[in-house]
Amino acid sequence: MWTSFLIAVVVLLALALVFGALLGFASERFKVEGNPLVEQIDALLPQTQCGQCGFPGCHPYAEAIANGEAINKCPPGGETTIKALADLLDVEPQPLDAEHGAEQAKRVAVIREDECIGCTKCIQACPVDAILGAAKHMHTVIESECTGCDLCVEPCPVDCIDMITIQPDIRTWTWTPPKPDIIATDRQGASA
Amino acid sequence: MTQLWDFAGGVHPAENKHQSTSRPIRRAGIPERLILPLQQHIGTPAEAIVSIGDRVLKGQKIAEVATGIGVPVHAPTSGTIEAIEQQQVPHPSGMADWCIILKPDGEDQWGERNPASDYHQLGRDEVLDRIRNAGISGMGGAGFPTDIKLRPPRDRKVETLILNGAECEPYITADDMTMRELADEVVAGMKVMAWILRPSRCVVGIEDNKPEAIEAMRKAVQGTQIEIAVVPTKYPSGGEKQLVQILTGLEVPSGGIPADIGVMCQNVGTAVAVSRAIFEGIPLISRVFTISGDAVQEPGNFDVLIGTPVSDLLAAAGLQADKLNRLVLGGPMMGYTLTTDQIPVIKTSNCVIAATRAELPAPPPEQPCIRCGECAEVCPMELLPQQLFWYSKATEFEKAEHLNLFDCIECGACSYVCPSSIPLVQYYRFAKGEIRTQRAEQLKSDRARERFEARQARLEREQQEKELRRKERAKAAAEAQAQKQAEAEQTVSQGDAVDNRDAKAALVQQALERKKAKAAQATESTQQAPTKPAEKPDIEALEKQLTQAEAKLNTMQTMLDDAKTQQADNVDKLERAVAKNHDRVVRAREALAEAHKLAGTESSPQLSE
Repeated sequence: MWTSFLIAVVVLLALALVFGALLGFASERFKVEGNPLVEQIDALLPQTQCGQCGFPGCHPYAEAIANGEAINKCPPGGETTIKALADLLDVEPQPLDAEHGAEQAKRVAVIREDECIGCTKCIQACPVDAILGAAKHMHTVIESECTGCDLCVEPCPVDCIDMITIQPDIRTWTWTPPKPDIIATDRQGASA
Repeated sequence: MTQLWDFAGGVHPAENKHQSTSRPIRRAGIPERLILPLQQHIGTPAEAIVSIGDRVLKGQKIAEVATGIGVPVHAPTSGTIEAIEQQQVPHPSGMADWCIILKPDGEDQWGERNPASDYHQLGRDEVLDRIRNAGISGMGGAGFPTDIKLRPPRDRKVETLILNGAECEPYITADDMTMRELADEVVAGMKVMAWILRPSRCVVGIEDNKPEAIEAMRKAVQGTQIEIAVVPTKYPSGGEKQLVQILTGLEVPSGGIPADIGVMCQNVGTAVAVSRAIFEGIPLISRVFTISGDAVQEPGNFDVLIGTPVSDLLAAAGLQADKLNRLVLGGPMMGYTLTTDQIPVIKTSNCVIAATRAELPAPPPEQPCIRCGECAEVCPMELLPQQLFWYSKATEFEKAEHLNLFDCIECGACSYVCPSSIPLVQYYRFAKGEIRTQRAEQLKSDRARERFEARQARLEREQQEKELRRKERAKAAAEAQAQKQAEAEQTVSQGDAVDNRDAKAALVQQALERKKAKAAQATESTQQAPTKPAEKPDIEALEKQLTQAEAKLNTMQTMLDDAKTQQADNVDKLERAVAKNHDRVVRAREALAEAHKLAGTESSPQLSE
C-alpha cells in the first residue's frame, strides 16, 4: 500500500517538475517585449498625435489606457474609437469626455502661403513632419500626410494657418443609408 | 451544341427590350458642346494635355494618364477647347468632376490615324499599346482599362475568352443592336484579343431573347473557331461571374477575378472598339447608347459621340417632357436616378430610361423584414442578403464583411423580390462604402504613426548629438583653461614679462586659433544647429541678429500701419506679430550689451594695438 502511495507521489512530483521546467523554458523563450495590449490599443487610436487627450501623442495615451485611464478622451477618434476600444477592453462604452473637445469632421491644415514669414515654428510643432519649408522660405502643408491635429495653428506668429474641413468629393463620396422613410400607413398622407 | 451550366438564384423581370430594337442604330450627330470627363475609367484620372482655346482635330489625344492605371481621352470631333472645368458627370452622387469642354467646329476633320492592315506583324506589346492609346476601357459598365485586363499575370494563362453579349438588364439593347449591325467588327475585335491571349476556347454568350443578334453573330463567325453560346434568359446572366459559370461551370473564387480560373470576359462593345482602334486607327470616341422609356416617342439606339449631353439624345428620341417622371442612367435593376439631363454620355454609360410615373413608380415605403427568405433564394452569389441587411443596418460592418459582403455584385435581385420593398442593395452599398472609408483611414493612421515614430527617433538622435557636442566643447574649454593657467604661472615665475604687449598678442593669437578650429568643427558637423560661442560671445553675429530683428520689426510696423490705414481685418494679427518681434529686438539688444560687457576686457588689447 505504501509503495503505491509513494509511486503516486513520485509520479506527480516528476510531472510537476517536467511541466514546471517546460513552462519556465517557454516563458523565457517566447517572452513578449512590452505590453501587447498597448500596441492593440494604439492601433485603434486615430494617430493624429494631437495631444487633446492630455498625453503627448497616441502611444502614451494607449499606454495610459492599458493602465486604466478612461477610454473617452480622444475627440478625433470620436464614438467609433470609443466603441472599438470598449470592444477590445471589454468595458462599457462611455460618451466622449467633453473636457477634451468635441468630435469634428476631418480637417486639414492649410498655410496661406503669401502671408507665411518662414519662421519654421509650425514645422517644429508638426508631430508627423507634414509641413515642408526652410527658414525664411515659404512653408506648405503636405495635405495627404496632415492629420488635422491643430498643433501648428498656435505657434504661428502671423496666424497664417487655417484648419479646413475636408469636403467629400466625387472620389471619396459613399452611398448613404436609405432614409428611414415614412411607414406604409403614412403613404396616403404623403402622396396626397 | 455548347454545354451550359446554371447559376444559383436569378430573377425574370419584365424585359422591355422590344421598344428600342425596332429601329436601326441612328447617328446622333455632332452636338453643340461636348463634355469630356477626365475620368471615364477605373484608376487614376487623366490630365488635360491641351489648353483653353486650342484647336483640336478629331481623334486627337486631349488628356493622358502619365503614371498609374488609366487610359487617355480623345477629341470626338474637331473643334476648339472652350473650357476645362468642373461639370456634373454620370455618378450616383450627382457631383461634379473635371471635364474638358469642346466646342465642335462642324468640320469633323480627322487628325492623324494609324491603321494596321496586318496586326500580326506589330507584335503583341505594340497592339496592346495601340489599344491603350485608343483610350479603350471596358464598355460593359465597370470601365477597367482593357489593355491592362488583356495582360493577365504570367502564371494565369487564359484558357477561355468570353465575349459578353448576354445583356440581361431590362430595357438596355445597346449590345444587342451592336451585334445585329456590327457583327463583323465584333468578331474582328474578338480575333485581335484572342491573338493576344491565345486561349484554347473563344465563346460569345448571348441570351436567347436576342434571336436577330444570334443569327447575325452566327453568320459572322462562320469559318472561325469562335462558338456562339445561346444562354437562357435569366437576370443576371450577364454578370461577369454568372456568365463565366454558365459557360464553363467554374466559379470565380471569392475576392478573385475570372483570370484566376483561366477565364476572361470582354464586352461586345469593347470588341468593336478594339477592332476600330487596330484596323482603322480610330480611338474610342463614340459608342452605341440606348434611349428608352415611355416618355420618349422614338426609343432606340444611337451611335453617340462620347461627351454628348443626354439632353440632346432625349430630344433626338422625341422626349415628351410632360410625361417624364424620372431619368434613370443604366437599367432599372442596377442604374441610378439622374438629377439632371445635362450630363454627358461617357465610355461606360449604355442606357438612359426616360420613365413615366406608371413605368417606374417611386419605390413604396420600406416595411419590416418578414424573414421570408426570398432574397436568399434569388441571390446569384449565394450570399445571405437578410443577414447582410441586418448587419449593414446596425452598422456592424465587420460581421457583414465576414458574410462576404464584398462578393455582392449589387445586381438588385434581392431588392426586386423583397415583399417588404426594402432597398437592400442601398444598404449593402452603404456598408461597402463605410468599410472602404474605414480601411482608408486605417491606412492613413498607420502612416501617421510611422511618421510620428520616425520623428520621435530623429528628435532623440538630435538631442543626443547635441549633448555629445556640448560635452566635447566643455572638455575643450577646460583644457584651454588649464593651459592658460599654466602659461600664466610660467610668466609669473619668469618674473615680469619683457613686454606685456607680446604676451597679450600671444593670447589673442591663441584665441584666433581657437576660433578657427571651432569654425572648422562647425563646418564638419552635418547638423545645422548653431554652435554657440562658449567662451567669447560672437559680437558680430549678435549685431547682425539685432539689425535683422529691427529690420523685421520695421517691416511689420509698416505693414501694421498700412493695415490700420486700410482698416484691414488682419490688424490684430499683425499687432501680435509686432509685439512678438518687439520682444525679440529687446532680447537681442540685451544679449548684445551683455556680450560687449564680457568682451570688454579681452578686446581692449586689440584696440590698443
